[in-house]
Amino acid sequence: MVVRTLPQYPIKKGEPAYKIWIFEPGWKGELPLITNPRQLAEQKRPALLPGHRLCAGCAAPIIVKLASLAFRGPTIVVSATGCIEVATTIFPYTSWAIPWIHNAFENSAATASGIESAIKALKKTGRLPYDHVDVVVFAGDGGTYDIGIQALSGAAERGHDFLYILYDNEAYMNTGIQRSGGTPKFAWTTTSPVGSVIPGKMEHKKPIADIMVAHRIPYVATTTPAHWIDLMKKVRKGIEVNGPAFIHALSPCDRGWRHAENLAIEISRRAVDTCYFPLWEWTPEKGYMLTDRSLSIARNPKLKQPIEKFLELQGRFRHLLKPENRHLLKELQEYVDAMWEDLLNRATNAPK
Amino acid sequence: MKRVYTHGNRAIAEAALVAGLKFYAGYPITPTSDIMEYLAEKLPEYGGVMMQFEDELASINAIVGASWAGAKAMTATSGPGFSLMAEGLGLAVITETPIVIAYVMRAGPSTGVPTKSTQADIYQARFVSHGDYIIPVLAPWSVQEAFDLTIKAFNIAEYLRTPVILLSDATLAHLWESAVFRDRGEVEIIDRKKPKVPPEKYKPYEPEEDGIAPMAVFGEGYKVLVESLTHDERGFYIQDTMVQRRMVQRIVGKIIKNIDRVFEYETHYMDNARHAIVSYGTSARSSLAVVRDLREKGIDIGMVRLKTIWPIDEGSLRKTLSGVEKIFVVENNMGKLVWDIQRIMHDKEVIPVSIIDLDLPSPNEILEVINEWL
Repeated sequence: MVVRTLPQYPIKKGEPAYKIWIFEPGWKGELPLITNPRQLAEQKRPALLPGHRLCAGCAAPIIVKLASLAFRGPTIVVSATGCIEVATTIFPYTSWAIPWIHNAFENSAATASGIESAIKALKKTGRLPYDHVDVVVFAGDGGTYDIGIQALSGAAERGHDFLYILYDNEAYMNTGIQRSGGTPKFAWTTTSPVGSVIPGKMEHKKPIADIMVAHRIPYVATTTPAHWIDLMKKVRKGIEVNGPAFIHALSPCDRGWRHAENLAIEISRRAVDTCYFPLWEWTPEKGYMLTDRSLSIARNPKLKQPIEKFLELQGRFRHLLKPENRHLLKELQEYVDAMWEDLLNRATNAPK
Repeated sequence: MKRVYTHGNRAIAEAALVAGLKFYAGYPITPTSDIMEYLAEKLPEYGGVMMQFEDELASINAIVGASWAGAKAMTATSGPGFSLMAEGLGLAVITETPIVIAYVMRAGPSTGVPTKSTQADIYQARFVSHGDYIIPVLAPWSVQEAFDLTIKAFNIAEYLRTPVILLSDATLAHLWESAVFRDRGEVEIIDRKKPKVPPEKYKPYEPEEDGIAPMAVFGEGYKVLVESLTHDERGFYIQDTMVQRRMVQRIVGKIIKNIDRVFEYETHYMDNARHAIVSYGTSARSSLAVVRDLREKGIDIGMVRLKTIWPIDEGSLRKTLSGVEKIFVVENNMGKLVWDIQRIMHDKEVIPVSIIDLDLPSPNEILEVINEWL
């Protein structure tokens, strides 16, 4: 029998693998962005500690951990009500190794605005013993697409310097899989049930990242946990820009999407491969820029997969694969193709 | 009529269908979401529409709109959502719009414990919006009553042209019990009063003798003005003390005048009782066990259970409690209804038995307090 021992995970021998992040007052510098897995394991600790109670197979903590590995120094995290908020802070425990604030459902961007403004004021009067303190919001699709969009839009318009990371599991998973503005067309949820008359949700997903692009904030991007280097780089860019940044991360939910627990990463990958969820970033200077796998697909269209590849793993789309619903599948494929064509036209680095 | 074994939230949804619900607007919130989920499947079969909105602000304003378009309308929420509905509720009050809000309490403040309950929100249910008004608040204690009082809530809302709150809690929401659900035709269903005058004589806020103005909705040939500013009987904004007084008197008066329709309570073991427990909602379930325990020990104690916790018919409650020596008010909060009982029964000894418990106050804890005072 092969005895497997864990690698020497901690930075120093004898130190715990996980511990609270402490930056002594007067701490200067920037944590480096590392994308080499070995160096990452040896030199970095995620801000989300183990023991949280998110479901087995959930992609959200992967997004949070990857994002936190790209933080550059002292960081305050704001969480809207949602899976991450509930499951990482069940009394009397917390999984957060860094300062964390929860607020109500609709106002994470407003709370972040307040924190950022206070930091600015403290800095101006010399009362902040750090070079920079970053504010990062983690909010789900309900708290972003629906109830939270007013606060988000307001904060973007006022230009507060914070990074808003949307982990989009495409429904209200925390309260039991109700449809949201982020639920895709024809998906089953408990409030858009599939029957013989109505095939699931009847409306398309709101283009939230494009809505944020329309605010002309300094940085907007989409990403998934499967494309982890892409995710970390984008988070770092979002933190470094001066002003609001928005990252839309797809977050497969095995409970709500009805897929096996070990498929979150595979489904994220297929979402990009089928162009259901293209990877891109946007800056006012360069416009839309495709990244990672989506750039490869743009350069070599043969890599693009049919939408069934994305749907077939998920129970919420099971009805679409029935022979009598072929026309719905066709409609969805045409929609995805049209959106992809539209993005190719807008992307400045896509081959013309 | 059918015998069922189900939970409180399902009972509310079923009763709403029987009462004639045609439009439900909601937003997911624990512990209320299953009302919406059930109606998502069932309401279309009854010719109605269930629509999920982007938040509670939209939900309550949507049902106000739907009610003015002629549908019986309802939403359901819990504490944090109800806080957001404050403004919309005030709009329904001043425009005298019949709507029903199923309010399933959870522990607060703020996010609190979403899956567990207290009875801390009875004042929020009464007074969440600003201004002078009274809105009926009904508090069921069993699955059967969740069904019955939901139908009553629709009837009061339609008859009195007012928002009505059905105040359940997280314990009752997911408590499974057997109950009897009646069908349409087996229960009294009241629809809103329609104008009998010709359109040129119709004033949307002019009350008849019973204090209630007939309600014409959009598209019936009448001029309908839905005005959130202080308005006279025609619905025109008038910034005048007398108009303000008249309007507030109308909104409050129609409820007070018809308090017999609204106020309801029941008594247990109250004949010749020396002491009494006053309770409501799920904490009354523990209280009844306590009453039985004490009766076995030879102590003459009874229970008064309020089904309507606002407005309270003070005269009839005084009469019921006039013969007792000590009154214990059992509730699952820091002591709220006890303020009312102390005011109404100011010449008696009224003792708060306020036990905060995320499930139910246990009979033993209640007994401990009562034994100290007996």
